[in-house]
Amino acid sequence: MAFITANWNPLGEAFYRKIELYEMGWSLRDGLKECLVAAAPYGGPIALLRQPQRPSSSARPQLEIYSSSGANMASFPWKSGPVRQLGWTVCDDLLCIQEDGTVLIYDLFGAFKRHFSMGNEVVQNQVLEAKVFHSPYGTGVAIVTGASRFTLATNIDDLKLRRLPEVPGLQGAPSCWAVLTQDRQTKVLLANRADLYILDNTSCTPVTPPGLSLQSCSIVNMAVSFSYKYLALFTDSGHLWMGSANLKDKLSEVDTKVRTPPKQMVWCRRPKSQQPSVVIMWDRLLLVAGECTDTIQYTLDEESVCVAELDGVRIVGGSRHELLQEVPSACQDIFKIASMAPGALLLEAHKEYEKSSQKADEYLREIKEQSVLGEAVRQCVEAAGYEHEPETQKTLLRAASFGKCFLSNYPPEPFVSMCRDLKVLNSVREYTVGIPLTHTQYKQMTVQVLIDRLVYRKLYPLAIEICRYLKTPEYQGVSRVLKHWACCKVQQKEEPDESIAHAVSVKLGEAAGISYSEIAARAYECGRTELAIKLLEFEPRSGEQVPLLLKMKRSQLALSKAIESGDTDLVYTVVTYLKNEMNRGDFFMTLRNQPVALSLYRQFCKHQEQDTLKDLFNQDDDHQELGNFYVKASYKEKKLEARLSLLQSAVDEYNKAKNEFAAKATEEEMKLLRFQRRLDEEMGEALLGLSLQETLHALLTSNFHKQAEQLYRDFRVPDKRYWWLKLTALAEKDDWEEMEKFAKSKKSPIGYLPFVEVCVKQHNKYEAKKYVSKVTPEQKVKAHLAIGDLEGAAEAAIERRSEGEISTVLSRCSPTTDRALLERLNRARSTAAKK
Amino acid sequence: MSAHLSYGRVNLNILREAARKELREFLDKCAGSKAIVWDEYLTGPFGLIAQYSLLKEHEVEKMFTLKGGRLPAADVKNIIFFVRPRLELMDIIAENISEKNGRPPQMHSPRDFHILFVPRRSMLCEQRLKEQGVLGSFINIDEYILDLIPYDGDLLSMESEGAFRECYLESDQTSLYHTAKGLMTLQALYGTIPQIFGKGECARHVANMMLRMKREFAGSQTQILPVFDSLLLLDRNIDLLTPLATQLTYEGLIDEVYGITNGYAKLPPEKFAAQKKQGEVGKDLPTEPKKMQLNSAEELYAEIRDKNFNAIGAALSKKAKIISAAFEERHNAKTVGEIKQFVSQLPHMQAARSSLANHTSIAELIKDITTSEAFFDNLTVEQEFMTGVDTDKVNTYIEDCIAQKDPLIKILRLVCMQSVCNNGLKQKILDYYKREILQTYGYEHMLTLNNLEKTGLLKPQTSTRNNYPTIRKTLKLWMEDANEQNPNDISYVYSGYAPLSIRLTQVLARPGWRSIEEVLKMLPGPHFEERQQLPAGLHKKRQQGENRTTLVFFLGGVTYAEVAALRFLSQMEDGGTEYIIATTKLINGTSWIKSLMDRPEAP
Repeated sequence: MAFITANWNPLGEAFYRKIELYEMGWSLRDGLKECLVAAAPYGGPIALLRQPQRPSSSARPQLEIYSSSGANMASFPWKSGPVRQLGWTVCDDLLCIQEDGTVLIYDLFGAFKRHFSMGNEVVQNQVLEAKVFHSPYGTGVAIVTGASRFTLATNIDDLKLRRLPEVPGLQGAPSCWAVLTQDRQTKVLLANRADLYILDNTSCTPVTPPGLSLQSCSIVNMAVSFSYKYLALFTDSGHLWMGSANLKDKLSEVDTKVRTPPKQMVWCRRPKSQQPSVVIMWDRLLLVAGECTDTIQYTLDEESVCVAELDGVRIVGGSRHELLQEVPSACQDIFKIASMAPGALLLEAHKEYEKSSQKADEYLREIKEQSVLGEAVRQCVEAAGYEHEPETQKTLLRAASFGKCFLSNYPPEPFVSMCRDLKVLNSVREYTVGIPLTHTQYKQMTVQVLIDRLVYRKLYPLAIEICRYLKTPEYQGVSRVLKHWACCKVQQKEEPDESIAHAVSVKLGEAAGISYSEIAARAYECGRTELAIKLLEFEPRSGEQVPLLLKMKRSQLALSKAIESGDTDLVYTVVTYLKNEMNRGDFFMTLRNQPVALSLYRQFCKHQEQDTLKDLFNQDDDHQELGNFYVKASYKEKKLEARLSLLQSAVDEYNKAKNEFAAKATEEEMKLLRFQRRLDEEMGEALLGLSLQETLHALLTSNFHKQAEQLYRDFRVPDKRYWWLKLTALAEKDDWEEMEKFAKSKKSPIGYLPFVEVCVKQHNKYEAKKYVSKVTPEQKVKAHLAIGDLEGAAEAAIERRSEGEISTVLSRCSPTTDRALLERLNRARSTAAKK
Repeated sequence: MSAHLSYGRVNLNILREAARKELREFLDKCAGSKAIVWDEYLTGPFGLIAQYSLLKEHEVEKMFTLKGGRLPAADVKNIIFFVRPRLELMDIIAENISEKNGRPPQMHSPRDFHILFVPRRSMLCEQRLKEQGVLGSFINIDEYILDLIPYDGDLLSMESEGAFRECYLESDQTSLYHTAKGLMTLQALYGTIPQIFGKGECARHVANMMLRMKREFAGSQTQILPVFDSLLLLDRNIDLLTPLATQLTYEGLIDEVYGITNGYAKLPPEKFAAQKKQGEVGKDLPTEPKKMQLNSAEELYAEIRDKNFNAIGAALSKKAKIISAAFEERHNAKTVGEIKQFVSQLPHMQAARSSLANHTSIAELIKDITTSEAFFDNLTVEQEFMTGVDTDKVNTYIEDCIAQKDPLIKILRLVCMQSVCNNGLKQKILDYYKREILQTYGYEHMLTLNNLEKTGLLKPQTSTRNNYPTIRKTLKLWMEDANEQNPNDISYVYSGYAPLSIRLTQVLARPGWRSIEEVLKMLPGPHFEERQQLPAGLHKKRQQGENRTTLVFFLGGVTYAEVAALRFLSQMEDGGTEYIIATTKLINGTSWIKSLMDRPEAP
């Protein structure tokens, strides 16, 4: 405990500490000498490209991939072209940028994934230098070519190459350069000796850092902070300038008194840190510079590489892996010699308590008197998060837990979640896993990403354990891991389909939200179609199955799956696909076996392809529908002959369908059409297309009584309807004489009330009266009322002794109605009611 | 403007808010000023979700109707097409856009095109756009999942006019897929519905899809205490009779006479002109129909809409007395405080008075119709059919109506009704009617008649046994002594006829369908019950006396009278069940038959 501060070094107000993360598990004969090294941030993997021991034409460099603890994950001889730069993507893929501008992508285990090129121009001019950078858009690559031109790709997964403008006066590579992301734009900052430029899409702007003394010096190195907010420049006079990346503010300037250009320079600044600081590395020297003129210096005893992190710098050497960072204030408060901070006191109190000493009470009292116990607990919890050693973490957490006992209402969440976080962190920091994440980094990257990283490393059991431990919803946690596992599993070429499908289904079982189709797609990509189909069987979402099945040319199966889903759009999609793939006969046969698809396709044809519709009906011998089809078609024809011939086809089809009625009705329509044409031609009428009723009406109003009579007989129009028709037609043209004749021609099948009503409707009460007497007794009252003869109605009603009718008449009486009549009606009603 | 949605047993405003949120999110995706090009059919349903003000807040500056030719000029950054996924609409869009491309580019600043498919995007349509060579012109192709639209506090509608026709005539089950999806959305917001009952082929299909989708979504379920206790899915074709009958509730009659579309009725203006400017009556009568929104947001309407029309007069006059009494209160207001209180109530009272005036006018308009002889005769025949009088003979009233060339739809409603009540017509009678119709209204209606036969609305009698009387008796579909003023049974909505669909619902709640197995077998399609597992801890513990909540879904449409009957059941004191109603579309006999008609296009 007492030695916790042993490795602390003061710099200005702050302290810096260097702690050992791992003793490297690799055995490199020459350390990192003659190696191209790339180490991913967030405790990511390390890639080495080792030049052959004895340079000869046949010897090839060796590419090796290690975890942060030095455990070997892949190792193979490099057979492609000369590599300029290595780098890692956010998804833990390795980028190898070759001299000719080709970028090869490998996964963590050295399996080749794909490649892309940084442009044709590069092939001739070659890549001089390259950098891999990360931005909110993903992982990007920047290169500078032999022609001193820069090319950028902001996101390698959505490759868009941008060639930046020329830099005036630049020959060869610049002295140093860096990629910046500012205002959602990616830029390059470069120094050509003493000149500094910012290159963006359209322009190259010279800039000057404010307050950089000794303007005439060359800038030999530069570093941009992890967050792209800060910039550090190193000049050949040994000066270090620190400021904001937008070059507006200067933070400090330090004379390092070393004039050799450094090998590497990185920012070492934690969020909420007390001062900006930069770590500079030379062959044998590591230097930390901050705001003050002093610096911290470490001697390096081996070839090393610095890796910038969010909250410090990792130093990877041939035998050791260390973390250099500013000591967080919570740790300072607690561990600084003779600190009286609440946390420090609480830790003391707990120590005494463990020893069963009454001093514990004294310390505690002191804290409570200042009422800072809550603060003390908070400090201990926070500091535990910053400590790497589990023992120290435990000591701090125990102290916090002890302090909590004396507090009421202290929220438990921070303590509990810190315990959880540390448990997860310690398990991934394990030597075998080798992800030396700090708590700050872990919070920044989120559990989701950590799980992904574990999955990329194929550490499925650990990932699942963490998901379960953190109670991550199955959907985002366990299921996701299992899916990755299955995707990996289907690539095991030596295992037979059956056993893989079985293994997958057993392990995944009913796990929620598993996308079997994704796994199947992976299997198909590996050329295992049969396995893919087997796996698809487990997919509960039939919608997901269809596209893959189509891709695998299992269209029949796709069709039945689409139908199963109930999603008609999906069915349509498959049907359209089938239509293009198959010959017409097979296509129709397929549809015939799938009624749902067939009726949907019919719908489609109805609106889009009338002819196909006919073929479909023909195939099914659906004569009724064929008949309807011809009927519909007949209306689209302008020429009567064509129309008639289509109707004749309809008649034939209806006959075949044994629909006598339809056949006969259609024949009658043809007959009517011919009749209409004849009359139109002979008499100049415009009857064509009217219904029979309308035709008759037209004939009657135009005085073609004979023709009307003929139609009436030919088409066997029911008497009643014909009488109505003639009656209204006559009334409409005020042919009262003809109407009277008609009324007398024979006994009316519709009675005589209609005569009365029709006349009244034409405002001819006089004529109406003529027919009242002919009306049957049942309708008498109505008839009298129709012509407004209240007395007549009253007489009729009283005579019939019908209560209802008397009431009807009464309801039509008004205050002006004759008193006597009213009385009679009322009396009659009461008598009728008595009966 | 949407408060009335949250008053009911189930707060349907949650659904509306969810829909609005999604709309806002989409609009914000297209940064800058916008113009919306509307598939005209969608404007009505969208009106139930969002008013123009919401669109305006999100920089929608112009709105157009989708039609062929070039797009109207609009100086906006984004053009958004709101369309249903239909191929013919894709062709129009393609025409709109390529026309645009033909113009000199400097005339307009570059515009971004977007498509919003309602209710679902479609690969088929995207394919069509691709074939037309315009797919690449769209920045965003998105879908706006608008299946169930909150129509009122206890009513959801998909506003899908063609649903019945598609399902029962064309075997196109697209709308059922949307129904199932809509029910899944509903369950995401209101919790898993533990019990599903159903009757009919389509109901079965929807239930199957729901159960399947539930499996698909396994794991992503929401942990929500279920609001609904059960779901009842009913096919419209198990009860073809009800929509054919003339509705006799106030709201039903407004719909029968004037039609209610997307919650609005267009009424003849004459009656409404007088009350506004009493001084100058008749001077300039408005010629535009008066458009009125009809929903429970209007207190008086909520009170009277489900009453039998014969009880409306009394209800209105009672209300009139209350309102004038309230206005008289001012004489009693003595102290400043009392006057202040009175004044604070004034706006509410004035609103009530104008609402009363409006409904009195509507009631007068409708009364003119219901007291007419034609209406009475028609109703008499309907009731004869429903009670089984002479359904096996040619009906003289129908004959007379045809002879006088009454509107075809009226004839079709009656003939279909006779057929349904007789379990099909004798071939001879059927052919007679059909012939009469073709001769009178024209041969082209052959196709319509064929459609009616396909859906079973019109059919030849196959077996000699007519089982309608059995159904009528078992389910007590006809109640002689229907009380219109103070109803004690659902039969009041049709003055005697109790809607079959609602009887089934009623029996299901108590005593259960087992008691009517025989009748259920006579109706088409299977009946079934499914249970959905609830996540642990979400089982509802019912308090004693607490009502169950049932969602009744009518596949293929529901009438306002049926809705009224269900509301009546919800309000029954010892009912024990409250109903929320959902449907593909609110229909009446006329709109329903219309949707089944086929008119061949003239050349």
